[in-house]
Amino acid sequence: MRITLNGEPHELEAPMTVEALLASLGIDSRRVAVERNLTVVRRARYASEMIGEGDEIEIVNFVGGG
Amino acid sequence: MDPLQIADRTFRSRLIVGTGKFTSNAVMVQAHEASGAEMVTVAVRRVNLNARGSGESILDAIDTSRYFILPNTAGCYTADEAIRTARLAQEAGLSNWIKLEVIGDEKTLFPDNEALLTATRVLVKEGFVVLPYTTDDPVVCRKLEDAGAAAVMPLGAPIGSGLGIQNINNIRIIREFARVPVIVDAGVGTASDASLAMELGADAVLMNTAIAGAQDPVRMARAMRLAVEAGRLAWLAGRIPRRMYANASSPLEGVIGR
Repeated sequence: MRITLNGEPHELEAPMTVEALLASLGIDSRRVAVERNLTVVRRARYASEMIGEGDEIEIVNFVGGG
Repeated sequence: MDPLQIADRTFRSRLIVGTGKFTSNAVMVQAHEASGAEMVTVAVRRVNLNARGSGESILDAIDTSRYFILPNTAGCYTADEAIRTARLAQEAGLSNWIKLEVIGDEKTLFPDNEALLTATRVLVKEGFVVLPYTTDDPVVCRKLEDAGAAAVMPLGAPIGSGLGIQNINNIRIIREFARVPVIVDAGVGTASDASLAMELGADAVLMNTAIAGAQDPVRMARAMRLAVEAGRLAWLAGRIPRRMYANASSPLEGVIGR
């Protein structure tokens, strides 16, 4: 199953939750924000929101800036 | 220092500092401390998926109980990108405040004011406290205020240029027109630039490169703190009018031999 993750093609074995995706990427979910198909996924929905074929996912965090 | 009120928050410091371009987090932390700032800006970027243990955030280096975090939409070139970034920042962050940037030109990083207005209207409607980075145009600032911006942030000069306040009279006019705080954002090079901004009546100054890029960022941060305070006090004190010729400070009467 193919998704687009931060602008790059990314293979997933099966549909999974946002929480599972973050865990599989080794990302600490506390400081990031996730967008699925241009809509923010609320933190409370990480465990239930499913990622499917063709989804566009953005995972961002805060970096230094002015 | 008299307090600065923006939306529902009050700040004792009138200096807002960035978190970019510091040589290390340790230097950044010391510079923030020396600046006396209570609000610092951060940017929103894609997590680097190639680095294990990714998801590390600049917030890990900042005491968020002490500094209010102002995320920006730097690097966004359309209203849509800026709006999406603001929503992500709200979800990743600690408040609904956003420093709204919509850039219109790569070389100057001047804002696209049309897109900025569009994004301001959308985000205000969604309940954001919007602080838009804009050109030093009094009419645009008035439109942003009418659109619900909590402050207006005219540039002094292009971002990172260090040129100082290029259009002194516009900043003065913006201050005279505005009913929201005016924050001079970008263009400061050294302490006198920050003082000048405050002497013109700006309510606060936001800077990053002038501190982070200085040879001694911690010392420059302290200089900026003092400069902003000096400028504010001078504005409140009310400067003397400029005059063409001298006006003696010592009595004209009683000079010997006359």
